[in-house]
Amino acid sequence: MTSLPRRLAIYALTAWAAITANFFLPRMMPGDPIQQLIGKLQGRVTPEMIQAIKAQFGKGLNQPLLVQYWDYLGQLLHGNLGMSITLSAPVGQVISSQVWWTIGLIGFAAVVSFVIGTTLGVYFGWTRGSRADVAIPVATFLQSVPFYFLGTIFIMIFAAKLHWFPIMGAYDPSLTPGWNWAFISSVLRYAELPLAAIVLCSLAGWMLGMRNMMVTTISEDFILMAVAKGLPRRRVMWQAARNAVIPSVANLALTIGLLVSGSLLVEQIFNYPGVGNLLVNAVGNEDYPLLQGIFLVITFTVLIANFMADALYYVLDPRTRSVAAH
Amino acid sequence: MRRPKLPRSPKVLAGLVLLGFFLIMTVIGPWLAPYDPNLNTFTPNLGPSWQHLLGTTTLGQDVMSQLLVGCRVTMVVGFIAGFVATILSIIVGLTAGYAGGRTDEGLSMMSTMFLVIPGLPLLIVISSYLPAGEQANPLVIGFVIALTGWAWGARVLRAQTLSLRNRDFVEAARIIGESRWRIMFGEIGPNLLPILAASLLFTILYSVGVYTTLAFLGLTDVSTWNWGTMMYWAQTNNAALANEWWWLAPPGIAIALVGTSLALINFGIDEYINPRLRTGTTTARERRKMGMDRRPRLGFTPVHRHLGPQPTPDLTTAGTDVPGVPS
Repeated sequence: MTSLPRRLAIYALTAWAAITANFFLPRMMPGDPIQQLIGKLQGRVTPEMIQAIKAQFGKGLNQPLLVQYWDYLGQLLHGNLGMSITLSAPVGQVISSQVWWTIGLIGFAAVVSFVIGTTLGVYFGWTRGSRADVAIPVATFLQSVPFYFLGTIFIMIFAAKLHWFPIMGAYDPSLTPGWNWAFISSVLRYAELPLAAIVLCSLAGWMLGMRNMMVTTISEDFILMAVAKGLPRRRVMWQAARNAVIPSVANLALTIGLLVSGSLLVEQIFNYPGVGNLLVNAVGNEDYPLLQGIFLVITFTVLIANFMADALYYVLDPRTRSVAAH
Repeated sequence: MRRPKLPRSPKVLAGLVLLGFFLIMTVIGPWLAPYDPNLNTFTPNLGPSWQHLLGTTTLGQDVMSQLLVGCRVTMVVGFIAGFVATILSIIVGLTAGYAGGRTDEGLSMMSTMFLVIPGLPLLIVISSYLPAGEQANPLVIGFVIALTGWAWGARVLRAQTLSLRNRDFVEAARIIGESRWRIMFGEIGPNLLPILAASLLFTILYSVGVYTTLAFLGLTDVSTWNWGTMMYWAQTNNAALANEWWWLAPPGIAIALVGTSLALINFGIDEYINPRLRTGTTTARERRKMGMDRRPRLGFTPVHRHLGPQPTPDLTTAGTDVPGVPS
């Protein structure tokens, strides 16, 4: 683990790479997808719209690529992500109206699955070699289930068949959004099933990782020492867990990306408003400006989440600080 | 070097059997399929029956045939992407770990970048720009997946190479005057095998998952049968709301089982790399029969040397019953 400023630099570089990829991908792809899109759009949208797309993707401008790139960076700096073709609104506006649903759902799911998964991991690590080991193949199976598949099965069983949960959406459509209890409780109610799907799929990973770390930590000398000293079992378990959780936090970075990737499709299954849903629709409609904007927003959010995870790791593990001091 | 031997635990065995089954299906699945997966002349929405083992779809197609035919493309893409990504990660990881210095800095930074960029959104962007002909080509998709999936393996391999680099046998090879390439692939390489295998399995797992997800989104050719396209059609036809579990469940469970088999084998490799993870080859019942404590012990890895019919008291086990510790 490198020092925090260094991580920050890497994330900044990653953000720049994502932006650059976003700029060059449509321009470098074989078959010129943008030209094809413009061809398809002729007569379907206003001429201004086509002009805007041409400007965004540098069609018919005859400017050198570097100038276009510079312009693109400038536009981004002003928060201008272009116009969505299907929604005829600025991409930035479209995304910012939906992104909070996603952050709320996935963020909450991430915290819940981390806490539950890690706790279970501590338990199953502690009881390794006993009957509780049955949990391992079960967790392995759950971990391999695609998020969207579990979501679909949940809808089929719990919503369509048993009617325990609403089938889709984020709140009762008869309510007007606002800060009142009726609306908030409806939001929570509608979030239960997608949340359950995401948590169930992602907690297995935490659990298995934590179990492995726990098993490794238990065979360390300081645990034997703690036992020999006659500490109560619970205290020993706590000591082991505290030390085992650190690598788990260090792995947060890896997992956040996977979690976000998996959850995006859950939104689509549940017709939940949010970035994932927008993304899937943008793909279906070949709405490239929207697609690009969403990719950038997701990447930036994941980078920020990663940095927060790094900071947490830094706080938890004093050794990182002494290394950084060198 | 000793040949790496997988611990013969039931987990690994189950994983190998499962994976073997799916590999066989990859080869013979399309021949086993009772009908043409595209044939849509059957009565739609039939539940499982002897005629249609997994029922029919809303479009009047046979689910079993789709599952069997789809196995091949799904597995082939997963394995190709996995192998290509692993080759990339070997090149990057080994070079970074062995060369050190600036090269290491640059390559490590690159892998961190690929690691933190969320893979699926990037893949979605790339594949939606691909011309329709390329989208339909599973190989192209496989390569694109490999491009986004190598970073994890590279990082693990780099760390291991780094720790091997300064061991005595590598030092000796250097003094003898072996070439850099020979040291890298002849001396260090074989010692990376377990980690390499783990990373390969992990990458195949990732590739199968990502490929089916892209197919589920309709980003691959929807008329090429794989497990993702099956779910794509089920989703577009609202199979969940119609309670057509025989259509929905098979492709998802198949994906999960392939993933499970790879992960189970990975457990074995993990236990090989990190012996502390081994909990012994005995089951709880066997241990009880032999008069051993069934409860897990603290403070050390249980080593059961003598597993014959007449167990001798095991010294390593005897010392651990710390008096006063409630167990």
